[in-house]
Amino acid sequence: MAIDLTDQVVDASAGQPVISARDVRVWYGTTRGAIRAVDGVSFDLAPGETLGLVGESGCGKSTLGRGLMGLLPEGAKRDGQVLFRGRDIFSLSQKASYQLRGSELGMIFQEPLTRLNPLMRISQHFEETIKQHEPDLSKDDIRERALEVLRLMGIPPTRYRSYPHEFSGGMRQRLMIALALVLRPAFVVADEPTTALDVLVEAQIVQILNDLRRNFQTSLLLITHNVGIVAEACDRVAVMYAGRIVEQGTVTEVFKHPQHPYTRELLRSTISLSTTGLNFIPGAPPDLVDPPDGCRFHPRCPEAMTVCASKNPVDMERPGGGRVECWLIGPESEIPAGGKQPLKQQELTVADEA
Amino acid sequence: MRRVLSALAKPFTETAGLARWMLVAGVVITAVFVICAIFAPWLAPYGFAQSSAHGTEFPKVGHPSSAHPFGTDRLFFDVLSRVIWGARTALEVVILSILFCVVLGVPLGLLSGFYGGWLDRTLVLIMDALYAFPSFLLAIVVSFLLIDVYGGSVIAVSLSLTVVYIPQYYRVVRNTTLSAKEASYIEAARAIGARDFTIMRRYLFGNVVQSVPVLGTLNAADAILTLAGLGFLGLGIQSTQAAEWGHDLQRALADAGSGVWWTGLYPGLAIVLLVTGLTLVGEGLNETLNPTLRRRRLLPVVMPPRASSTTTQEEQG
Amino acid sequence: MSRAGSGSLPRYILQRILLVIPMIWVILTLVFFILRVAPGDPVSAALGGKLNAQALEQRREALGFNRPLIAQYWDYLSSVIHLDFGTTFSDNQPVLHVIRDNGGATLTLTVAAFLIALLVGIPLGLLAGRYRDSSPDALIRLFGILSYAAPVFFVGFLLQFYVAEPLGLPTSGDASPITIFTVPTKTHILLVDAFLSGNTDAIEDVTKHLVLPAVTLGLVICGVFIRLVRVNLLQTMQADYVEAAEARGLKQRNVTWRHAFRNAMVPVITVIGLQFALLLGGAILTEQTFNWPGIGQKLVFYINNRDYGAVQGIVTFFAIAVVLISLLVDIVNALIDPRVRY
Repeated sequence: MAIDLTDQVVDASAGQPVISARDVRVWYGTTRGAIRAVDGVSFDLAPGETLGLVGESGCGKSTLGRGLMGLLPEGAKRDGQVLFRGRDIFSLSQKASYQLRGSELGMIFQEPLTRLNPLMRISQHFEETIKQHEPDLSKDDIRERALEVLRLMGIPPTRYRSYPHEFSGGMRQRLMIALALVLRPAFVVADEPTTALDVLVEAQIVQILNDLRRNFQTSLLLITHNVGIVAEACDRVAVMYAGRIVEQGTVTEVFKHPQHPYTRELLRSTISLSTTGLNFIPGAPPDLVDPPDGCRFHPRCPEAMTVCASKNPVDMERPGGGRVECWLIGPESEIPAGGKQPLKQQELTVADEA
Repeated sequence: MRRVLSALAKPFTETAGLARWMLVAGVVITAVFVICAIFAPWLAPYGFAQSSAHGTEFPKVGHPSSAHPFGTDRLFFDVLSRVIWGARTALEVVILSILFCVVLGVPLGLLSGFYGGWLDRTLVLIMDALYAFPSFLLAIVVSFLLIDVYGGSVIAVSLSLTVVYIPQYYRVVRNTTLSAKEASYIEAARAIGARDFTIMRRYLFGNVVQSVPVLGTLNAADAILTLAGLGFLGLGIQSTQAAEWGHDLQRALADAGSGVWWTGLYPGLAIVLLVTGLTLVGEGLNETLNPTLRRRRLLPVVMPPRASSTTTQEEQG
Repeated sequence: MSRAGSGSLPRYILQRILLVIPMIWVILTLVFFILRVAPGDPVSAALGGKLNAQALEQRREALGFNRPLIAQYWDYLSSVIHLDFGTTFSDNQPVLHVIRDNGGATLTLTVAAFLIALLVGIPLGLLAGRYRDSSPDALIRLFGILSYAAPVFFVGFLLQFYVAEPLGLPTSGDASPITIFTVPTKTHILLVDAFLSGNTDAIEDVTKHLVLPAVTLGLVICGVFIRLVRVNLLQTMQADYVEAAEARGLKQRNVTWRHAFRNAMVPVITVIGLQFALLLGGAILTEQTFNWPGIGQKLVFYINNRDYGAVQGIVTFFAIAVVLISLLVDIVNALIDPRVRY
């Protein structure tokens, strides 16, 4: 009985969503206790669609991306159901997971400078990846494939046999993207792909990601803290806070009519040419080992009510399509008497604003 | 006080697996030798140059027996006593040499890093050259020179070791000073008119001195090997001045031909055990302090079962 | 192999050589002044008992000890440039001859020990790193620590006692007198000369003599290699590009071998090459333990004779050799690491 996430921008005839995540949890083991980095996340991703995942540092978006790919550190545990084209990838054997990676699931990392083996030529990187999944391909065919995807990234064939250190940061990121896409995976996670790059290069990469849909029909989960990139390159957006998705929907709808107070604050914090004063959200994200009771945002929410401090908000459909979980929206039936009183917030000491 | 104790205990409590055992084993072994060194006069049955007791002379190269559990050597000395006294010699020499290194190297490094200029450049040149020199060769050469002056004494050997290891202390202190110098609180101190010496003493010294103990532990193991090596070549401490394991092994080598194993086995084992102990401590510490190598003891993650999809928003544990 | 950027290998080598020259000069100066710091008179120290006061003074004059320090320093530097390492006091030989006659033995010993250390140390280190914290890892690391902690002469002692006799391996010298007599000296390296002569008895004899000393020194050094390789492998396995490779679905074995092992070896090769200094110290002790007729043994002999001239010459030679070897390692590193531009 999957939650029905309406709001597919893409043609409905495309059929089943590529990714169907339900109740995903990813907890890290530490010396103190478990960090609940991702604590019950659900979303759908249609073929060829780009979903932007935004949030502050530490909200769990990177963890979600890695959790989907299975690239978690020691001591971490994941739970939930993630259907990729109908198969639950969380319950696959190690061997089967490895088979999916690269050919069906791809990942683009944040720091391009260190993600390529400095002792191997670019050609060797491609040969290794392609051979792993399609061992019967001839060397020439492999070359063809690699050069084709490199051309789409704007990298000339003359650089095919170069070493990674001979490329600039932006070009290395394009190489990473090319490597991730060469086998035409259906789903790609891009974890802050432009954060380490300067603004001009960032624009190029965003353009490439934009064209991804057109050229490769790949579904992309774009993880970023930069709201502007989401606006440019994504079809839908999911806003994450303290391990949960608080609001998701089409980009136009969510950005024009944000329903969740956190989304509103996030958008207000964005800087543009018309910004005159800096706006920020006071306080700091909660400790994920022991999250606050009720809605996790309530300690910092300017519109918090008493019910917010005691009961978890219910995930509901937003006006205008998409999902949101906030007591301000409802459901009325679940709010106890007197729950709508404004919450008396504790004084946020200076120390909290770290 | 609790904070100090918990900081000291951190390498033990927060690590998993091998690193922890290494540390524990190393500390225990080293402790045994330290006890031997401190309590030698009481632990050793005889003096290190004692060749008779109660009027009877000890046997020459005598088999291990109840009177001499480790046997006796060619000079009529009791091997067990010499092994225990040897611990004292080893620790004396190593501690002395580290002391000299610190007393000389730390101020030199501080001054060098702080003032820079020609003093710094000259010192760096000299220290780098010393460092590039094969260390044992250097130790041999310095011992060779000091033999005339100091004879085969603890001081001479310690000085040889100091010359070999001082570049490392100098370097570490200088580098730490260089980076600490850029801190803003130094600038602030200058702004309020603090004198150079005060700045060095109050602010830089504390920072800089942190890296020295680690270096000391790593050096100690190497120093004992160098000491033994010098002793083996006859350049170190002579048999009658103190007990030194390396020197004893030199004499034992000749005994090997005649089937005498105890004169060499026990001093040799002593060297191996002490150096191993110190190395285990050093490596164990390194593993725990170095974040990339550290294996933390992670608490296992227990997730409460997922609520069924109809009640997805229930409190999750 | 194509390289981006201009430059060529010969030019790079020349650059490194030019950089090494100041270092050699500093070391020579260091050697000179350290030895001059010795209180007392080197000539008397060496020959005091053998010659009378007048002869001693003549010797001193002849060796230039009465000249001002700067002049002596200049003499020293200029003779080293001409590969003249001075003359021994006690037996009046050019040090260069001593080096020539005994260098082959030391070279054979160090090369053999080095090879043994590599063949044993590197695979064990890789194994230990790959299966971290397992029992093989623990055992290998323990072995590495113990082998380094055991001084060469102790290992030699143990081997001489428990291994030499049962296996019938010689424990003294580098060959029997017959072999030394029958093998013609061509390269001054006994092992090579024995092979050149084609005399199978001689070859067997020389090899047998080499076993114990080389294994002793090799075992001690391999402990260092094990630790080095293991630590480098551990750090490499955590590298970002290893994770990126896993994200592309590369099988565990491929990822480990291609990315981690190979990449870990590049810095290791450099550091291993620099261990030559360590090898030298060990060689001196090994030669003394097994009565191996190399330069190390000669050095100890001259030291015991207080032969200052010989000591200065030999130490100078050793120091320069170490610097040149690190130069060689530098060049090898440039060849194997594509990031180094030339």
